[in-house]
Amino acid sequence: METNLCVAGFGGQGVMTLGKFLADATCNATDKNVTFFPSYGAEQRGGTANCFVVISDGMIGAPLGDVMDDLIVMNGPSLAKFLPTLKQGGRLFINSSIVDEKEVNRSDVKLIKAPVTEMALEMGNAKVLNVIMLGVYIGYTEVVPAEVVWQTIEHKLGSKPKLLPLNKQAFEKGLELGRSQK
Amino acid sequence: MARVLMKGCEAIAEAAVRAGCRFFAGYPITPQNEIPEYFSRRMPEVGGTFVQGESEVASVNMVYGAASAGTRSMTSSSSPGIALKSEGISYAAAARIPMVYANISRGGPGVGAIQPAQQDYFQATKASGNGGFEMMVLAPSTVQEAVDLTYKAFDYADRDHNPVLILADGVIGTMMEPVELPPMKSDEEVAAIKAAKAGWACIGHKLDYANRSWIQPGQWDTKKMQAENEKAAAMYASWEKDIQVEEYQVADAEVVIAAYGISGRIGKSVVDICRAAGKKVGLIRPITVHPFPYAAFDHIDYSVCKAVLDVEMSIPAQLVQDVRMAVKGRCPIETCLCSGGNIMSREAVLKAVDAILAK
Repeated sequence: METNLCVAGFGGQGVMTLGKFLADATCNATDKNVTFFPSYGAEQRGGTANCFVVISDGMIGAPLGDVMDDLIVMNGPSLAKFLPTLKQGGRLFINSSIVDEKEVNRSDVKLIKAPVTEMALEMGNAKVLNVIMLGVYIGYTEVVPAEVVWQTIEHKLGSKPKLLPLNKQAFEKGLELGRSQK
Repeated sequence: MARVLMKGCEAIAEAAVRAGCRFFAGYPITPQNEIPEYFSRRMPEVGGTFVQGESEVASVNMVYGAASAGTRSMTSSSSPGIALKSEGISYAAAARIPMVYANISRGGPGVGAIQPAQQDYFQATKASGNGGFEMMVLAPSTVQEAVDLTYKAFDYADRDHNPVLILADGVIGTMMEPVELPPMKSDEEVAAIKAAKAGWACIGHKLDYANRSWIQPGQWDTKKMQAENEKAAAMYASWEKDIQVEEYQVADAEVVIAAYGISGRIGKSVVDICRAAGKKVGLIRPITVHPFPYAAFDHIDYSVCKAVLDVEMSIPAQLVQDVRMAVKGRCPIETCLCSGGNIMSREAVLKAVDAILAK
């Protein structure tokens, strides 16, 4: 069993961090193989950024596949760029705050909507949108147990304990939203 | 030993520290910046030295100096930066100085692209500088292999008094993967490695003519120069025993993929996909790309093999020339190539395999 995930969005949306949290959780708490491969241009904030996470019971050949099982899209341009790579029956997670559902021109994929930009703003910190989306992804796919992912986030934020309650809330809201769409 | 998720570049740097590397000098270039960045944090913790040189040329010569003084030393760069370091590397080979360097290669020629590529094969294996010297060139295909080969590279360098090159690509350098790290050499072990070099290195020799150590990248006397080159050639010839290669499902294969580094790993997964579909495909993956595992290609059954498929992220193909020398005309050789920072697609390799099988 191998899952190929692509996470795509603007630089600054925490796309890489989302992928790294997932890869780290898989490394720490499972015996699966995992790879994380970042891809970005010379730009930082505002440029495009995407990463590939492969989780597998067996050896991982290609750290970035040609065909994605799952796709997380955080902005409009990424939808146009990566939707064609999603396999038939693949799972598409969109940031429905800024990605227009009508632009999803495929009916052979499963669409999971999460208005993570608005949800993050409601929580008072626009930066937690990636943690909400990670929650949505885990809640829906259960590719790695939710508590393992949370422990990883907790560990990674260890030096900034005051951010923990907000991130915990963000992750749990995401989980709930992901589970509700199963 | 617990596994940790590490980026290729950082894992290479940590493996070097654990092998006793206590001097690093480098200069920034994508996609290898995490190597100097990691050393800048880590070296002070182990009593080592990190220098960001004012250029590639300066940093490679700092490594030449530190290694001449007996310290396990390293530098790194990416393709155009490696080209700038080639003078220092040739000098280190001439002076028989043990040093390790890594090329996290990107698109080329020239400044090229910042994305991963395998365009530096000839440069790495045939001529990393002037003068026809040779080096062991180790090409990892996973982050774990990058760790293991870096750790080992320092032993090869010290054994041979010669530079060793880790030839990785931008995928191996920037991807993260779980690794098990090798044991940390103790301060005593690191000191003993240095002390063992006292016979030739610039360590505490008195300032009198008879007892000085003499590190010299060349000879003025033609007879001496030829003798040096003969000694070096004998050492290069001794590397036959150090050849490392992965041979996977080769015996009955109708198509054998030849690939190294990231392409080798992608090729191996293509073999698995093909075998699951009943297609007889195998893989030969050189781990030491120099010395090259020519003999591995003698294990192919040429009565059933339709072609060897050379897979590399280089246009024009480069590895293919060594493959040609290994196959010796016993079957056709096809290529599956990409370049410019594009990463080898598994679909493309599968298509190329199918095209050969359909013939």
